[in-house]
Amino acid sequence: MTTIMIDVVNVRKSFRGRPVLRSLNLTIKRGETMVIIGRSGCGKSVLLKHIVGLLKPDSGQVLVGGIDITKIHGRELDKIRLKFGMLFQGAALFDSLTVGENVGFLLNEHALFGPDEITRKVAESLAHVGLSGIEHMKPAELSGGMKKRVGLARAICHNPEVIFYDEPTTGIDPIMADVINNLIVALNKKLNTTSIVVTHDMVSAYKVATRIAMLYEGAIIAVGNPDEIRATDNPVVRQFITGAAEGPITEAEQRR
Amino acid sequence: MRDILLQTGRRFIAFLQYLGGLTSLSLLTLIWLFAAPFKWKYVIQQMKKIGYDSMPIVFLVALFTGIVLALQSAYQMQKISAEMYIASLVSLSMTRELGPVLTALVVAGRVGAAITAELGTMKVTEQIDALEAMAAPPVQHLVVPRFLASIFMLPLLTIYADAIGIFGGYLVGVYKLNLSSSIYINMSFDPLVMKDLMTGLYKTFFFAAIIALVGCFEGFQTEGGAEGVGLATTRSVVISFILIIATDCLFTVLFYFIF
Repeated sequence: MTTIMIDVVNVRKSFRGRPVLRSLNLTIKRGETMVIIGRSGCGKSVLLKHIVGLLKPDSGQVLVGGIDITKIHGRELDKIRLKFGMLFQGAALFDSLTVGENVGFLLNEHALFGPDEITRKVAESLAHVGLSGIEHMKPAELSGGMKKRVGLARAICHNPEVIFYDEPTTGIDPIMADVINNLIVALNKKLNTTSIVVTHDMVSAYKVATRIAMLYEGAIIAVGNPDEIRATDNPVVRQFITGAAEGPITEAEQRR
Repeated sequence: MRDILLQTGRRFIAFLQYLGGLTSLSLLTLIWLFAAPFKWKYVIQQMKKIGYDSMPIVFLVALFTGIVLALQSAYQMQKISAEMYIASLVSLSMTRELGPVLTALVVAGRVGAAITAELGTMKVTEQIDALEAMAAPPVQHLVVPRFLASIFMLPLLTIYADAIGIFGGYLVGVYKLNLSSSIYINMSFDPLVMKDLMTGLYKTFFFAAIIALVGCFEGFQTEGGAEGVGLATTRSVVISFILIIATDCLFTVLFYFIF
């Protein structure tokens, strides 16, 4: 069954008069892993934050399961957010809490289970990411790769329907990056979630994606499965996926 | 000329926007104060940070102020042989003015800055976004506990500062000016009426609100890494200082004409 999970319709957003998203459209199906690629600073994270409802668009709609989340606030929006799990770029663990409290934060906050059940779920999530038994540690004691994995454990602890990954492999070594890629694929299969991954790491993109969408100058310029993207004749996409220093993207920047 | 006008206009608009942002944060805080069961655990944590941990520095500042106040007034009072009135002067100025204002300034420098630095770091490392994404409203989690803790602790710290300041004056009066201990104590507390203490304490609630809200607001506004956190912290302290002194002036004028 392929139904539409998230539908981004004509979203526009400017910051201080500078347009970041210009009439962006993107559809994400239930159960797929959508990878959004694009250059650093092109608005990928901004797009992600619109889908989670952390930012409101200047115009346009963001439909999650048919509900326009740009129109709702407070508890209604929170109800939808409980279906989401998000891994932030820098993991965004709360420094003042232990790893265990971080991972179980949402469950505790909304009292979704009793204390024993929460402890069990936290241990289970940490085991998923291969970090059993570190509940008592503080985020400051962890390495970058461990932080990301704890962030991932926190994102999956409440069995979300949709998981968002903001540059999951940026800033960690290639081996750990592959571990994380495998986790994304495994979680997607095991928990049957919809995943949205923002990255500029093409190795990761090819590995985890059901479909890839390229964001360029505030709009999605190409969508397709990894093979279609590899075989693309769009020169902008070509330059990006091959990582060439010369091409239409850099030429456009020089003209500016 | 046109540029100057444009510049002034822009500054003025930015100022109004700032005021608007601060006001909406205040309202949101008040709503969350009554709308939701608030987190006692966090409130108590903050009370310790804001109140208990500020006691040493408030002690020193109040003690030295009491001593200096007594010595400086002795310089004049000795000329007219009115040393015993130093006691009343110290106790009245501490309770009515110096206790509340100095404590507020010390706490703004110590706690306001810490609040902004902490929340600012949380903002730039996306921890505040993470709270929101996990359906945990940042105002409820971060602002309300700090606001409540400030409102509770600043008046208590002020009473503590009043007492220490009076004690500082006592040291000077008894050991330097050779007044008898009982006379000094009588002269300290006889002219002191409830009104003096209360006019000092009313203000502290507003000072506490200023410290917590400006601290949190600047934290939430932080952008751009470590440098941004530094800038926000400085702004937070400067703005709190200005608002505290301005509010103090306003209240003193108000009380002067009303009572």
